[in-house]
Amino acid sequence: MSRARTTRRTATIALAAATALTLAACGGGGGFDDETDAGDNGAGDGAEDNGEALTVLIGSSGDAETQAVQAAAAAWSAESGTEVEVVAATDLPQELSQGFAADDPPDVFYLGADNLASYASNGSLLPYVDQLENADDFYPVLLQSFTYEGTAYCAPKDFSTLGLVINTDAWEAAGLTDDDIPTTWEELSAVAQQLTTDTQVGLSFGAEWQRIGTFMAQAGGGLTNPEGNEATVDTPENLAALEYVQQMLADGTLAYPGDINAGWGGEALGLGAAAMVIEGNWIVGAMTNNYPDVSYRVVELPAGPGGQGTLQFTNCWGVAADGGNTAGAVDLVGFLTSSEQQMEFAAAFGVMPSVQSVNEEWTEQFPEQAAFLAGADYAQGGPVAQGAADVISDFNSQLQGLKDADPQAILTAVQANLEAVLG
Amino acid sequence: MSDDQPRRAPRPGGARRSASGGQALSGWLFITPVIVILGVFLVIPIAMAAWVSVSDWNGRGNPFGGAAGFVGVDNYAAILSDPGLQRQDFGTALRNNVYYVMLVVPLQTIVSLTLAVLVNRRILQARGFFRTAFYFPSVTSTVAITSLFLFLFTASGAVNRLLATIGVDGPNWTQDARGVLHILLAGLGVDSAPVALQGSPLLGVSWWNWLAGPSLAMSVFIIMAIFTTSGTFMLLFIAALQNIGGEVEEAGVMDGASGWQRFRLITVPMLRPTLFTVITLGLIGTWQVFDQIYTAGEAGGPSKTTLTPAFLSYQTSFTGNRWGQGAAIAFVLFAIIVAMTAVQRWVLRERDTVPRRKRFVLSDGTLAADAQGGR
Repeated sequence: MSRARTTRRTATIALAAATALTLAACGGGGGFDDETDAGDNGAGDGAEDNGEALTVLIGSSGDAETQAVQAAAAAWSAESGTEVEVVAATDLPQELSQGFAADDPPDVFYLGADNLASYASNGSLLPYVDQLENADDFYPVLLQSFTYEGTAYCAPKDFSTLGLVINTDAWEAAGLTDDDIPTTWEELSAVAQQLTTDTQVGLSFGAEWQRIGTFMAQAGGGLTNPEGNEATVDTPENLAALEYVQQMLADGTLAYPGDINAGWGGEALGLGAAAMVIEGNWIVGAMTNNYPDVSYRVVELPAGPGGQGTLQFTNCWGVAADGGNTAGAVDLVGFLTSSEQQMEFAAAFGVMPSVQSVNEEWTEQFPEQAAFLAGADYAQGGPVAQGAADVISDFNSQLQGLKDADPQAILTAVQANLEAVLG
Repeated sequence: MSDDQPRRAPRPGGARRSASGGQALSGWLFITPVIVILGVFLVIPIAMAAWVSVSDWNGRGNPFGGAAGFVGVDNYAAILSDPGLQRQDFGTALRNNVYYVMLVVPLQTIVSLTLAVLVNRRILQARGFFRTAFYFPSVTSTVAITSLFLFLFTASGAVNRLLATIGVDGPNWTQDARGVLHILLAGLGVDSAPVALQGSPLLGVSWWNWLAGPSLAMSVFIIMAIFTTSGTFMLLFIAALQNIGGEVEEAGVMDGASGWQRFRLITVPMLRPTLFTVITLGLIGTWQVFDQIYTAGEAGGPSKTTLTPAFLSYQTSFTGNRWGQGAAIAFVLFAIIVAMTAVQRWVLRERDTVPRRKRFVLSDGTLAADAQGGR
């Protein structure tokens, strides 16, 4: 029967695509020629909100986020008189793709740094960042994640960094104190060793660049040069990082969550399968909801041979170049990324504001998460290029077998793949 | 019309002749809905997809209104001949699916045939119960069954607990990317690629990796596919078995054939049309594995060992925005399915004469001739 269902699903997708195409065909000439055309469509500095209703498509983490965005959109709507409909997507990348394919994209939408390059390269996005009042207030490292070929396309809506999350009960049970909090790789290995018992590993994090990349950053390496135009995967620094991780895997002080019956790091921590995990600020909500009895604290990641390093992950507010009311959309984004509004989002669903001006205010309000924000100073982002996401997912598929693999061979292969897309 | 004339000629009576114009019209009228539906939902979309597969459409605007340019076979070249990640991914996906097909199709056919023969026996008590029980997995949602299997096969899941009771330390199934053949070879002391197998001349995947076999994670999906599809095919076989008259079986008994001989030389040959249906449906279904992979949520992981061409096509189009390449993968998949079905049709073709060699073999030979003649 799965066969029949497979056919049906394929058929559904084909049908959806076909319908989208047919609708697009009915819509007549979409007027896509080249990128300059997209620029003409965009709101010039003098353009005014023409009052056409806006649609906002978000990939929501839950009701709290949806309601907060809806409330913010309603507040802007009351101010500007332009109607806004907020839609929570079930599968954001797919729904976005369909919207663009059908020439009927949402006006404003969440866009991951992964997908930026592919939408920017085909002219789907309106580069509006310089029209925002607080354009200089965004963390430069975040803006860089949304900069494609020298142009910043969209404003980061919030961000996350990775920190070391420690189960304090396990920490104390192992006889460790605040002085033992690891600040170097040697210390990290040592405490991981001490925390490893028959039923618990010292450290756990997902088998992916999105975690192991922190060690590459700490070793002084990274996937690209700081300008992001050259692949620097195959370097001694990155090799040192992979070898360090491999050594911990071999020692048994580090295990991937899948190997200790957990879906991700937060679950490993909550279940007591791991004493320390490397995760981002999303872990706070997950622990409160699923494991309220587990006590934990967040500290900065240790420094490696190349100093401190972590990774940042961010989404932005994309604005469709073909939208009917781009001026209104940009104005809405300006409202949503204002310092006050970002602090409200932070309170509602626990994200870190993407603007520097509320740095202290946020640290005061969420002192237990200060380590995450501190990471913003030295965080790296992923490469921005069309196809980079595929290269990273291929890298991840090789990192899953890191325990028995040759790190040098992995780096050589990924270097070749990344060079091809950065070309 | 000239074509129509000779066909009409043999019809008796001239009176009907005048009505035939109206008949042709109403004939067309009756099939119009189907033509329209098939055209809109099948023929036109396929033509559109064919255009997309040779275009550089990047997902924005109307690909038929100037938003896409013709790029010839570039998209096909990217997945079939240009060295790079795309070709390697396609090769990996093909490798995974080949093993899936090679294991699922024969096993599901054998299992469903066996089940059908078992529940078709008149002496079996509570036949209705068994038929329902075996059919049950087929009517359950794939999403539900996939979730269930993922739980059964976790590191401390039911399957591993069961294995533990007989002293076997089960692997972490769904996270284990090691190929089954690689594991067997490692057991024989070969745990890395011999020099002869290090080359990667076919789709960027080395011979060693082509020979990996299905990964343990893929094996879970293989077991699941056999479990869920056997019930449906069992129904087809039961229907066919009930069409075989009791006298054929009796004739076999009279000729002194044993139970196994009657099954092998009478029942199976008489089931050939159904066998053809089952294998064809099996081949088409197994080359299109998608929903299990989508539901597992690992995007083809661990280490891309559960990536399939159907899923890769979806991923390339919807998340990679390389719609042309996604469509090209779909067309290559289509070609593979057509080719496999044609081969299978040729293998299972009707042979009109009993091979001379077999005709005069004493015990089996007479039976073979009888079975063929009795049709």
